[in-house]
Amino acid sequence: MDSLQQRSSTVQEPPGAARAYRPTPPPAWRPRTDPAPLLPDAEPLRVLGTDAVADADPELLRRLYRELVRGRRYNAQATALTKQGRLAVYPSTTGQEASEVAAALALEERDWLFPSYRDTLAAVARGLDPVQALTLLRGDWHTGYDPREHRIAPLSTPLATQLPHAVGLAHAARLKGDDVVALAMVGDGGTSEGDFHEALNFAAVWQAPVVFLVQNNGFAISVPLAKQTAAPSLAHKAVGYGMPGRLVDGNDAVAVHQVLGEAVARARRGGGPTLVEAVTYRIDAHTNADDATRYRGDTEVEAWRAHDPILILERELTERGILDEDGRRAAAEEAETMAARLRERMNADPVLDPMDLFAHVYAEKTAQLREQAAQLRAELDAESEAG
Amino acid sequence: MTTHATARPAAKTAAKPATMAQALQRAMRDAMAEDPSVHVMGEDVGTLGGVFRITDGLAKEFGEDRCTDTPLAEAGILGTAVGMAMYGLRPVVEMQFDAFAYPAFEQLISHVSRMRNRTRGAMPMPIVVRVPYGGGIGGVEHHSDSSEAYYMATPGLHVVTPATVEDAYGLLRAAIASDDPVVFLEPKRLYWSKADWSPEAPAAVEPIGKAVVRRRGTSATLITYGPSLPVCLEAAEAAQAEGWDLEVVDLRSLVPFDDETVAASVKRTGRAVVVHESTGFAGPGAEIAARVTERCFHHLEAPVLRVAGFDIPYPPPMLERHHLPGVDRVLDAVARLQWEAGR
Repeated sequence: MDSLQQRSSTVQEPPGAARAYRPTPPPAWRPRTDPAPLLPDAEPLRVLGTDAVADADPELLRRLYRELVRGRRYNAQATALTKQGRLAVYPSTTGQEASEVAAALALEERDWLFPSYRDTLAAVARGLDPVQALTLLRGDWHTGYDPREHRIAPLSTPLATQLPHAVGLAHAARLKGDDVVALAMVGDGGTSEGDFHEALNFAAVWQAPVVFLVQNNGFAISVPLAKQTAAPSLAHKAVGYGMPGRLVDGNDAVAVHQVLGEAVARARRGGGPTLVEAVTYRIDAHTNADDATRYRGDTEVEAWRAHDPILILERELTERGILDEDGRRAAAEEAETMAARLRERMNADPVLDPMDLFAHVYAEKTAQLREQAAQLRAELDAESEAG
Repeated sequence: MTTHATARPAAKTAAKPATMAQALQRAMRDAMAEDPSVHVMGEDVGTLGGVFRITDGLAKEFGEDRCTDTPLAEAGILGTAVGMAMYGLRPVVEMQFDAFAYPAFEQLISHVSRMRNRTRGAMPMPIVVRVPYGGGIGGVEHHSDSSEAYYMATPGLHVVTPATVEDAYGLLRAAIASDDPVVFLEPKRLYWSKADWSPEAPAAVEPIGKAVVRRRGTSATLITYGPSLPVCLEAAEAAQAEGWDLEVVDLRSLVPFDDETVAASVKRTGRAVVVHESTGFAGPGAEIAARVTERCFHHLEAPVLRVAGFDIPYPPPMLERHHLPGVDRVLDAVARLQWEAGR
């Protein structure tokens, strides 16, 4: 008697079921990965206010502080420029400076950043010229820098569509034997897009060296997170793809830097992708075109102001003697210099060549584009003759 | 401009019958062998060799890193290809079937087509998107669409479609070599069409953007491409008996459009019919007829006519023969070219 017959002879007959046919059991199946190590912690990781701060490098802490102060000033200056008509639009990251800056500082020079339209600050913290970072929002040109030179992809306006690019680039780098990591940034709203799903799935299947950073700032324009997802947290989504999800306090620059640093290191040593959710808050409206008072109350905003990323870092560093009055003043002065220089450069009218409209549609102009370029040339010549 | 197919050097090895599918496969194989940055990717392209077997043997020869079975997600396939191109690779992606490419539209339109432009030339997208398209193979719903007008309407993309075995090889080689993104439309019903073609000594690869006169004639020009070329050639033979000597122009490239070859032909013949199986309303023929009229108005003896598929969602296979423009419908249009002013 073989083992299958032995087993089936022990199966209890259901009452009244004297059937000739008995279903064959399906082949054994089990989930490929125990979800437990992939699940995020119940609470976002915090370092500020805990003893873990003592383990952090004081120089890194001071650098984070300076970058945060500079970032805040940058946000304020860019917002002011929209009011003066020097920027077409600016999606502010005031209140989110910690995750923007920590994201940029977690990368090595050879790594790549894939920002969304809101992440100009991450690009600037990575060393991009602030004016070049703003050309899209200024309406000057779509991308004001060479992405390959800075290893920063163009700011992506469609939501989450830059995430598969990050996966493809990281995959290509690994195929070429380069230990390059791609960091892809997206907001909470962007996690509802199909490209978010496809990017995470491809990344996990290919074990691509990618880190996905979701900055959950509470609202997709006006829609709160509760109307965006029914998941326990956005970091939980990682489990379904077979990658670890990490939850971090997005206003705690030290915690964000630590979590991203670990995820980047893991990707670099071949450990595959990580999804990080940074829980933060957008203090300003979505853009200057948005009225945030229509969808949220002052009480909520004030509560988040008390948990301001600069405030909590400054208090901690001052208390621990890592930052003094001179350090604070130096950071403020550095930020002011940056803002003044940005203001001055943005107040100069950009010089655009209309003939550039045809310059980069294809590697070589088609016959049709040559005709159209000639038409525009003639129009421009007529304009200048007319004075 | 050279417009005749015989402009290519004669093959060194004896030619024997080969299919378009074999020529396409050979084009990818040669490109991959010559350039390690060429990567083929898509659903089922690896072990299976593609549902049409166009990528047959590539994974075995070049490894799964060069010919990759991806997860089943068209936006993901094209989206990751963008990132790979950013890092210097030349992805050739397969969309499996025409209507399955629609999820990838956003990547194609929002990123692939405009990446060069938005980065002022710093970041070209040397991607080939292979789309098996069109009807006539008895495919069920969503397996027979002709989507070329959507692609044609997007600046930054090249849109090409071969109609012969020889062109299948040459155009695909040119598409892979192009530094710009190319939507490469493969007429499914011509996959198994045969021609004497020697894969051992493929002819020189011509640049994208040149139409070719497939048949010389004097009475009217049939302007066509892809799956409708054999229909037009057959119609031209049949029309001979009626006293019509038809010229047949194979566009090969819809974008860029070869105004020169097309206009030169219509100026010679004075009459034109555009033939394709895509829908007529706002279809490729609308653009082509307008272009021809703008350039050849004083040479035209009759309005430029269109013979297209009906303006309906692609019909079920049992009815597709009524939808697809066949020889009779082309001949009817040719008869209507006997235009009399004031009629």
